[in-house]
Amino acid sequence: MEILVCVKRVPDPAENEIELNSAGNDIEQDDLVYSVNEWDNYAVEEAIQIVDKIGGSVTVASVGDEDAEEVVRREMAMGADKGLLLSDDAFENSDGKGIATILKAAVEKGNYDVIFTGALADDGAAQIGGMLAAMLDWPYASLVNVIEADDSKTIKVGREIEGGNQEMNDIDLPCVLSIQTGINEPRYVGIRGIRKVASVEIPQLGASDLGIDPDTVGAKGAKVKRVDYFMPELGEGAEILEGSTDEIIAELVERLKAKGGIK
Amino acid sequence: MTTALISPAQAWVFFIPTWIFSLLIPVIGMAVFTYIIVLRLAPLFRAAPDQRTDQPLKRIGNVLKLWLVQYRQPRYMLAGVLHIMIFAGFLILAMRSMSMVLIGLSEDFVLPGLGGEFGHFYTIFKDYAATMVLAACIIAAIRRVFIKPARYAVPAKYGHDHTAEAVFVLGLISILMLSESLFEATAMVAETQTGSQAAFAAPLTLVWFFKLMLLNASISALQSMHLIAYYVHDLTFFFFLCFLPLGKHFHVITSVLNVYFMRMQKGTIKPVRWGVSDEQLDDLESFGVKKLEDFTWKHLLDFYSCADCGRCSDQCPANAAGRPLSPRFISIKGRDLIFKTYPLKTGKIHNSEPLIGSIYEEDEIWSCTTCGACEQECPLGIEYIDKIVDLRRGLVEDGDVPQSLQKPLRALEKRGNPYGKMERKRADWSKAKEFKKDCQVKVLDKKTSADTLYFVDSITSYDDRMQQIGQATARVLQAAGIDFGILGKAEKDSGNEIRRFGEEMLFQEMRTQNTEAILKANANLIITADPHALNALKNDYQGLPPVKHISEIIAQSLANGSLQLKPVEDTGKVYTYHDPCYLGRHNDLYDAPRMVIDALEGVQRVEMAKFRDRSFCCGGGGLMLFYEPEEDERMGVLRVRMADDAGADVIVTACPFCLANIEDAIKVAGMEGRMEVIDLAELVDRHLV
Repeated sequence: MEILVCVKRVPDPAENEIELNSAGNDIEQDDLVYSVNEWDNYAVEEAIQIVDKIGGSVTVASVGDEDAEEVVRREMAMGADKGLLLSDDAFENSDGKGIATILKAAVEKGNYDVIFTGALADDGAAQIGGMLAAMLDWPYASLVNVIEADDSKTIKVGREIEGGNQEMNDIDLPCVLSIQTGINEPRYVGIRGIRKVASVEIPQLGASDLGIDPDTVGAKGAKVKRVDYFMPELGEGAEILEGSTDEIIAELVERLKAKGGIK
Repeated sequence: MTTALISPAQAWVFFIPTWIFSLLIPVIGMAVFTYIIVLRLAPLFRAAPDQRTDQPLKRIGNVLKLWLVQYRQPRYMLAGVLHIMIFAGFLILAMRSMSMVLIGLSEDFVLPGLGGEFGHFYTIFKDYAATMVLAACIIAAIRRVFIKPARYAVPAKYGHDHTAEAVFVLGLISILMLSESLFEATAMVAETQTGSQAAFAAPLTLVWFFKLMLLNASISALQSMHLIAYYVHDLTFFFFLCFLPLGKHFHVITSVLNVYFMRMQKGTIKPVRWGVSDEQLDDLESFGVKKLEDFTWKHLLDFYSCADCGRCSDQCPANAAGRPLSPRFISIKGRDLIFKTYPLKTGKIHNSEPLIGSIYEEDEIWSCTTCGACEQECPLGIEYIDKIVDLRRGLVEDGDVPQSLQKPLRALEKRGNPYGKMERKRADWSKAKEFKKDCQVKVLDKKTSADTLYFVDSITSYDDRMQQIGQATARVLQAAGIDFGILGKAEKDSGNEIRRFGEEMLFQEMRTQNTEAILKANANLIITADPHALNALKNDYQGLPPVKHISEIIAQSLANGSLQLKPVEDTGKVYTYHDPCYLGRHNDLYDAPRMVIDALEGVQRVEMAKFRDRSFCCGGGGLMLFYEPEEDERMGVLRVRMADDAGADVIVTACPFCLANIEDAIKVAGMEGRMEVIDLAELVDRHLV
């Protein structure tokens, strides 16, 4: 099975203290460190596991500037076979539709059976998977937490329904899947793994390579524009339950049940 | 020499001269033994390299101390004394056993040196030795069968009970002692009966008892017993010799080598591969131990040498807390795998399977806090930490790292600390308003210098609670008149646990960056209040100024009068000191912290049941704080209960990780309000004049 996984380079909140910049229109960019979007990491792991089981290859693609190469390389250290860097000045400040347009062009350059995206990104809007599927006119399953793949023309995918139920679906290939965290346990990528793929060539494709009209992507083609960015005011503080330990536990269980957290 | 009985060298049974048996038994015995040993040696030659030939004098010293004097045995008094009795008996009887074998071929054979006066003395001496060994075997058997000390139990997942093998061997040893004594006693009785000059039977020895019992036996009966005793001894001796390498009694042969080759330096971790420099690491095909032969030959020798005494697991805090780790079975399972892969029956070597998933489990390997209690206890110098780290190196390379550890490892890679906090906030603890009023901490760089560098490390720099240790340390250093500074944002995590969790390359990154920053600061001395940093800087780094723990500096300053302390604040409280593993066991610092506490006038200090080199790990530091183990109970809770049992109200420790774990444990154990924990630097800070 030929799998393309779309990954994004993001500032991981676990490794950054996200603060607003002084202009108040974005986060402070100085001193940020970046990593692979967590959901994408699960998607790559899932792709590697499928290919390990039934054969094929995993390609990782990222839209971004040259810095995005770092995350593509990291995913290759994880075990992806090929990397693609989709980079062009014309791609800068694309909206979701712009990114999907670029990815669609990359998909059409290859011969993929299935496209994985992360369900969402730390700084994203969870829209790429759906838009990409629509543009390709391929079936789409979102929030996938189980995949059973074999050599047939369909694969079985599952998703968790609010409240904890599980739904399974057969989906025709080729298709697009957005992958939920928890679908697997992504493997660790150590410094040694990254060094091993340090010299692997990662092809870089621009607008002309992909046959994209530069006016349809980037800032020019963007139909969604950010107008404000701020930190919401803090709401009321947390509620501290009172009473003996047993009473507190009973009350907590009651409340979790009421909100559907447990059954 | 004429004797009253016909000796095995001269006797005939059914028209066969018995010397044929005296010849065949040793020849066949030695042939089988040689075959077994060759197969046992095979994996050692196929194993990874190891360097164990340095410092021969110190190694001989270890052999004298641990092997000959059995220095660690009495740490478990009854078992230890019994073992010393049997071991000493074996040593004494070694010469006798050799002569016994040869007497069967030549009646008058006497080992060189055993003639004359010394021979008489030796005979008496070895008769007492044999008696002592038999007595020890009987007590040991009673202990194994009836008293059943808990540490010998084999949990169901590790297979069947080992008592049968133990008792069988005790039986073999007893037969050796009895048959040798009977052989000698029958000859003596016969001599007495025939009126010839009888040898002296030392009172209360086995020979003496046999002599009393057989006084009225007929010569023919004595003759039969004499020959039977001889061949029972001969057969048992060679059977025993060939039986030794088949199980835990292999240690009888290997222990002397194991002790000679044991690790010499504390606090360090073996290189990824001996003989491969750090610069060449990128060229290595594979990292760590993944299959049997990836272990070094010494580590395989360790498996052979394990006597299954259970002391390591008895001391292991992970085992006590119900984690899926028992160091004893790291060895036993390893040994059984060697036996299976190099079978004696066919002599055909099997291919090695991956260790993880077959004999070891991932959780088992991640459960170890590297506290070193097992190694401290092992009477014959078996190593565990290096094996665990090597197995982790293999897991890390294959990406099999628990999710709970991946985040802190990534944060360390990106930010130099496991919390993912900003580098520029590393010195924020020293900028707190209240603190700054009376203590200014310099950040050392090209322009600012100081005599002493205070290496803070990550937890003390970033953790809200532990920052107080940093502040207390700074105030104490200031009070002692020490000119010091910190590295600020140039400091990275010391990496003690990064290395011990198997991420060698990331550790080396940290080490490179820290070494550069430390050398740039140009200080004459490094001080730290974090024993993990102490251990890394002292033992894992090279070319740095001397590194000292704050407890040493305080003790020294108290001694030379540069620091004075008030009498203890709470005279009603009872204090106890918890030895951090990386201060005590790994760096031998036990006395300084105790001296500091005792310097508080009026202080009441007690010791817990486990203290000094038997200290019980709090739960582990560094990355271990992030690991989510399977366990029945927290180690910290067990430790806090020990403090309670000792009658203490205040646990003093000297490590931020111990403080974190014990503080949590007090809450989990529901002892808030009646048990508290404080860092040594904080205690001193509170009592500054």
